[in-house]
Amino acid sequence: MTNLSVLYDAPGPRAKRRNVLYAVLFVAVLGAFFWWVLQTMADKNQLDAEKWDVFVTDSRIWTTFLWPGLQNTLIAASLSLVIALPLGVLFGIGRLSDHWWIRRPCDVIVEFFRAVPVLLMMIFANAAYAEWSNIDRDVRPLYAVVTGLVLYNASVLAEIVRAGVQTLPRGQGEAARAIGLRKGQTMVFVLLPQAVTAMLPAIVSQLVVIVKDTTLGGAMLGYSELLTNARLVSTNYANTIAAYTVAALIFIALNFLLTSLASWLEKRLRRGKRGTGTVVKVDPSGLMDQPGGVALTPDVSVPEPRAVATTGASPDSARTDVTS
Amino acid sequence: MRLRKASALAASVLALSLAATACGSSDDEGGDGGSDGAGSGGGDSITIGIKFDQPGLGLQTPDGDYAGFDVDVATYIAGELGYEPDQIEWVESPSAERENLLSRGDVDFIAATYSITPEREEQVSFAGPYLLAHQDLLMRVGETVSSPDEINELTLCSVAGSTSAQNVQNDFAPDAQLLEMGTYSECLTGLENGTVDALTTDDSILAGYASQEANQGKFELAGLELSNENYGVGIPKDDTELQQQINDALTSMVESGAWDQAVEDNFGPAGYEAEAAPAIGEIV
Amino acid sequence: MFDFLDLEQYDLFGAFWTTVQLTVFSAIGSLIWGTILAGMRVSPVPIMRSFGTAYVHIFRNTPLTLIIVFCSLGLYQTLGMTMFAEGNVDTIGFRLAVLGFIAYTSTFVCEALRSGINTVPVGQAEAARALGLSFTQVLRIVVLPQAFRSVVAPLANVLIALTKNTTVAAAISVAEAAALMRTMIENEANLIPIALLFAIGFIILTLPTGLLLGWLAKRVAVKR
Repeated sequence: MTNLSVLYDAPGPRAKRRNVLYAVLFVAVLGAFFWWVLQTMADKNQLDAEKWDVFVTDSRIWTTFLWPGLQNTLIAASLSLVIALPLGVLFGIGRLSDHWWIRRPCDVIVEFFRAVPVLLMMIFANAAYAEWSNIDRDVRPLYAVVTGLVLYNASVLAEIVRAGVQTLPRGQGEAARAIGLRKGQTMVFVLLPQAVTAMLPAIVSQLVVIVKDTTLGGAMLGYSELLTNARLVSTNYANTIAAYTVAALIFIALNFLLTSLASWLEKRLRRGKRGTGTVVKVDPSGLMDQPGGVALTPDVSVPEPRAVATTGASPDSARTDVTS
Repeated sequence: MRLRKASALAASVLALSLAATACGSSDDEGGDGGSDGAGSGGGDSITIGIKFDQPGLGLQTPDGDYAGFDVDVATYIAGELGYEPDQIEWVESPSAERENLLSRGDVDFIAATYSITPEREEQVSFAGPYLLAHQDLLMRVGETVSSPDEINELTLCSVAGSTSAQNVQNDFAPDAQLLEMGTYSECLTGLENGTVDALTTDDSILAGYASQEANQGKFELAGLELSNENYGVGIPKDDTELQQQINDALTSMVESGAWDQAVEDNFGPAGYEAEAAPAIGEIV
Repeated sequence: MFDFLDLEQYDLFGAFWTTVQLTVFSAIGSLIWGTILAGMRVSPVPIMRSFGTAYVHIFRNTPLTLIIVFCSLGLYQTLGMTMFAEGNVDTIGFRLAVLGFIAYTSTFVCEALRSGINTVPVGQAEAARALGLSFTQVLRIVVLPQAFRSVVAPLANVLIALTKNTTVAAAISVAEAAALMRTMIENEANLIPIALLFAIGFIILTLPTGLLLGWLAKRVAVKR
């Protein structure tokens, strides 16, 4: 057994028997629960073949509804990230400025948009565009969704960037100043590249949040993303539970892919730093599993005390952000 | 030097976000071009607002087409105005957006379960009406209510924020349990499973759901006439010329029998007794 | 500026009170269930570890809207769970929403705690085992108390996110703040003031939470 934790002793014969007993009990309870769920669903005809097999037999579901919906989800999510990233960098640097008249407004803006629910911002943006702009009806929901996501995620990314710069060793900035770089140059040529690289996993994880949040726009504004189109499937085939389940599975698969990408990036970055004294073991399954995925790994030049569990993450190294 | 670098950074950031927005706005222009051409009228296409998510009235089908009574009526009107079916551009018009779409000129007219009310007539004009619907209950086959009083003892389901939901609470069944979901399909799951006793909204919409292949024989309408909904064709405010053309088209649709055929096609399987075609301008 | 605000017609405080209640009940539930999940993920029983991992991956990667709708559609409308409030649809909706928020938010609590467990020096757990404490005792008496103290700040962020997420409950007819805002936007022509009003409302809810817990985080942090 490779996953020996310091939290418990290596199991002896009795402990092994007990663990087996626990496992059996646990599986029995879990199994009973699932059996009850499936049984009840079957009783209510929710497992009828015609509700589910259309997803296999009728390819039009995918070509007319789900695939275009997924595309719209991805379009909104990637547009939001592409716009929010530079804004986030700008505000993140702004919050680190030495001048209070730059720092304070950035503080206020970031804190404001972090405190307001994304859904509210989307509804507001949609109504505002309808009232005061001549954006066409076809794309107005997209604009509203992207606006809400950008405002919120730019402020989250600002925090990520700020935390990234702050966790860099002080020597980096000092050395840059010592060779005569100005403050702006230090930031652009020395600190920012390192910070963004270190924060790359966190940024990818933020994409998971953005993907999930596009569904808010669908429900309230009529942007035809994946969930909205799954609703149309349910209207056409009268299989609401099946349609939503399939939509959920697509979301889980997509986000799992993104999470895996993030932890792969994290592992690569960590490997690049090997030899700096990090002794935390790596559990590949749990790398990005912090709230909001901000797995900041400060450059551990001071050997950390060996930690108890098996994941390599430090919870308090940044104001990690959790989002919907 | 410092300033130059800082502004270079700012400029590049700005350029990036502009580039991103530019991507978005080129989409926008594409969409605009389409509806502008249509908005001119008499050109090579016509833009019509319908519902995309209501079986029997206006529904996007798996083929990517649109089907329903509203769609049939709109197609007939467009035909009378000189447009072939393939010249019609369908636009989704959610309830809250209908006045906006008309006043901004995004669509030429709207046929989307649009009841004629005095409040709405302040903002838009109507042709028709073309259908008289009533708020009703959809129940499982074999269950029914005989009088409106009994509704108070039921668990009802409707769509959040809809007029039907407000009618229940304010008027005819203030004591009924009312579940408000996002869509009627979500309500239907509860009705199918026995958690909800009835789904309430316009009988035309209910008949649309009951007529669907997957739902046939499971649900039926209670036949209560809880309100009058005069479906009209929404047009831009005070466009009397278009109003006259559409009214003529509706008259000819009823006279030619196409109207009855459309009712039969879309609501037939539900056993729904549609009211006779209303006369033009006759608001009940 | 706020003269459209007819408190007779719009129950503003009632709506925000619902938001607060949703937040508080969900927070307590998430803390408990999240701690249990974290315990499972580091437990000696492999099947529990797998369950914990699978649970976290599934619920964290599903949009919250879907989880909440599933609570009504699946648990209530199909499986017939009435949450001990048979016959009162409003109460059922509220409790289902709380259940959905717990299911979702607990994954974040679990992961925060797990990284908190990570900051506890190995010696602590080794010493506890040397004393003959069992796994649950090690966790309960030695490791978790220290872990909790180091993750107050991340948990504060989880709480703030939860407060904002309660707006999703409108999807299953819980009359909270976002639902009221939509009604008001429909009925009134004062878009900007309405949006501002609700933004301020949420800031009033979230900002003190952040400040208070930030202060607490500094106070209770384990100095190493």
